[in-house]
Amino acid sequence: MSTGANTLPRRRSSASLRHRLAERGIDSQLWMLVPAVIFALALFIYPFIYGVGLTVQPLPGMQKQWGGGIFANYIAFFKDPFVFDSVWITMRLAIPAALINVLVSIPIAFKLRGKFRGKRFLSTLLVLPITLGTVLTAQGLLIFAGRQGWLNRILMDTGIIHEPLQLVNNYVGVMFSLVISGFPFAYLLISSYLSGIDPSLEAAARTLGANWRQRFARVTLPLLAPGLATTFILTFVLAFSVFPSARLVGDPGDATRVMALMAYRAFGEQQNYSMASTIAVMMGVAELVIIAVVLLGRSFLYKGSTGGKG
Amino acid sequence: MAASTIVDSTENAALGAEHVFAKHPKGPKRGKPNRLPGEKSLAASPGTWFVWAGIVAFFVFLFGIILSVLVDSLGKPWFTTWLPEHFTVGWYQEAWTRFDLTHIIVVTLVVAVTVVVVSILVGVPAAYVLARRNFPLKRLVMVLFLLPILIPPITFGIPLATVMYNFGLGRTLTAVILVNLVPSIPFVIITMTPFIEQINPAIENAARMSGATMRQIFARILAPLLVPGILAAGILVLVRTVGMFDLTFLVSGPQSDTLVVSIYRAMTSAGGGESRQLISAMGVVYTAMMLVILIIALRFINPTQLVAQVKESRDDE
Repeated sequence: MSTGANTLPRRRSSASLRHRLAERGIDSQLWMLVPAVIFALALFIYPFIYGVGLTVQPLPGMQKQWGGGIFANYIAFFKDPFVFDSVWITMRLAIPAALINVLVSIPIAFKLRGKFRGKRFLSTLLVLPITLGTVLTAQGLLIFAGRQGWLNRILMDTGIIHEPLQLVNNYVGVMFSLVISGFPFAYLLISSYLSGIDPSLEAAARTLGANWRQRFARVTLPLLAPGLATTFILTFVLAFSVFPSARLVGDPGDATRVMALMAYRAFGEQQNYSMASTIAVMMGVAELVIIAVVLLGRSFLYKGSTGGKG
Repeated sequence: MAASTIVDSTENAALGAEHVFAKHPKGPKRGKPNRLPGEKSLAASPGTWFVWAGIVAFFVFLFGIILSVLVDSLGKPWFTTWLPEHFTVGWYQEAWTRFDLTHIIVVTLVVAVTVVVVSILVGVPAAYVLARRNFPLKRLVMVLFLLPILIPPITFGIPLATVMYNFGLGRTLTAVILVNLVPSIPFVIITMTPFIEQINPAIENAARMSGATMRQIFARILAPLLVPGILAAGILVLVRTVGMFDLTFLVSGPQSDTLVVSIYRAMTSAGGGESRQLISAMGVVYTAMMLVILIIALRFINPTQLVAQVKESRDDE
């Protein structure tokens, strides 16, 4: 922001260092970047490094129980089934949820991509769950899909089922909550990717006699695929860090004992900050592994200027 | 015949051409019956049914959830019947006094507005530099701003909260604001960078040649052009901050809880939690607050632009 010097560029010959730096792209305009970088370093990088440092300073109790000196927290993470199983529990929730959100969004985004009356209204309605948030979705699901809720009542009164379905306080409840909060996000992303694909490409394929299946499989899908990968990653990230819904509509003791919940338990209930940081860091690692796999797959996909923002 | 039906859109022209091919012996066969170009079949295809069924199921759940909470917050006893026996607003009064909702709402708004203002003041200049300039280590800086969005909030939230407690900031308003800035500043940068790239640099160059300082360029050239983008980014940050649970929850305390966090604490408090209707009443207050923000937001931005700049697709299908 203090960039006054920039308006008098290279006036004096004594400014040769500045001149040389400016030629390489370093000049006083870069000061505008500094506040943001300072925030990122102070509030993100420093705590993160501090957290990684904490993971190798286990509490004495952990060392005694698990051994391994400074790596006691990591040993506890991998050896303690109560903790380590949470990795699979999280994956079992987040991957199917992200897949459902992406796969269901594709046909819907396709059908609704043209202009029609009420499109803006529909998009507006789809943004609603984003504003509801996970805590509210959880409360609503508990009432709506609970044993006495309207959903079970309708199904029982119409004779489809005789016993109320157990839809909350288990895996299904968390999945519902993930789809409700993740689907609108996936839909909006995919439809914006879709609108970035030039419709004349498909029109050309049509002129050449391709039927809809060929047009989809050979023209649109390859162009859309990078965008789908990005959407998968983003919805996966959302689903991966579920924690209020896993606690509230899930079965936090067993089927939905996700990593975020374990990390919070260590942090808030056991005050074991180093173990909490260990679980948190491993959570980041687990997530990055999945993202890396998807990105690797994505790098084989078409990259180029289609207008599709892949 | 085809010539007569070629209308303005390419799609129709393509259909028309295909129609001609279909009659030609060499042309590809199509399963559909011969129809005039541009005319649609009245019977919906299975795909359409699937799509509408999906949308309907989704909205049944969505409105079921919203309505259940609303009815629950207004009902006196509601256990085994379709609707509660009496309706009352008593739960709201009780929730208001028991949880001191005025204080909670003020805290929520103070946090949200501060985060919006700071993240825009810090983020927009950074986005400008990233959009316009090339400099050494640019990619590294980009990664630095992408990471807080990609890494799950709990992963950096727990070390960050530990640092906050070490500095004696735990459970304070400052900590809540600082923690919320971590994803918000990168979010502003990432949404604003493409927006700034769209602005023709010739305008700034002209101003610069006429002797404007960077500050003047920002205040008199860029700011007016950026207003729609800043509004969109600001509103999104506002919605995210009001709805942010994970990070706020880790550092907030009784005096600095935002509305979502207080609802969660009420739901999980020891002894089976508060009575369900009280929580529903708080939930309705929260939803109402979000809706107000959303309605204001939609006056300025198009929902599909929340995620990317979209060019309006051509009028096909």
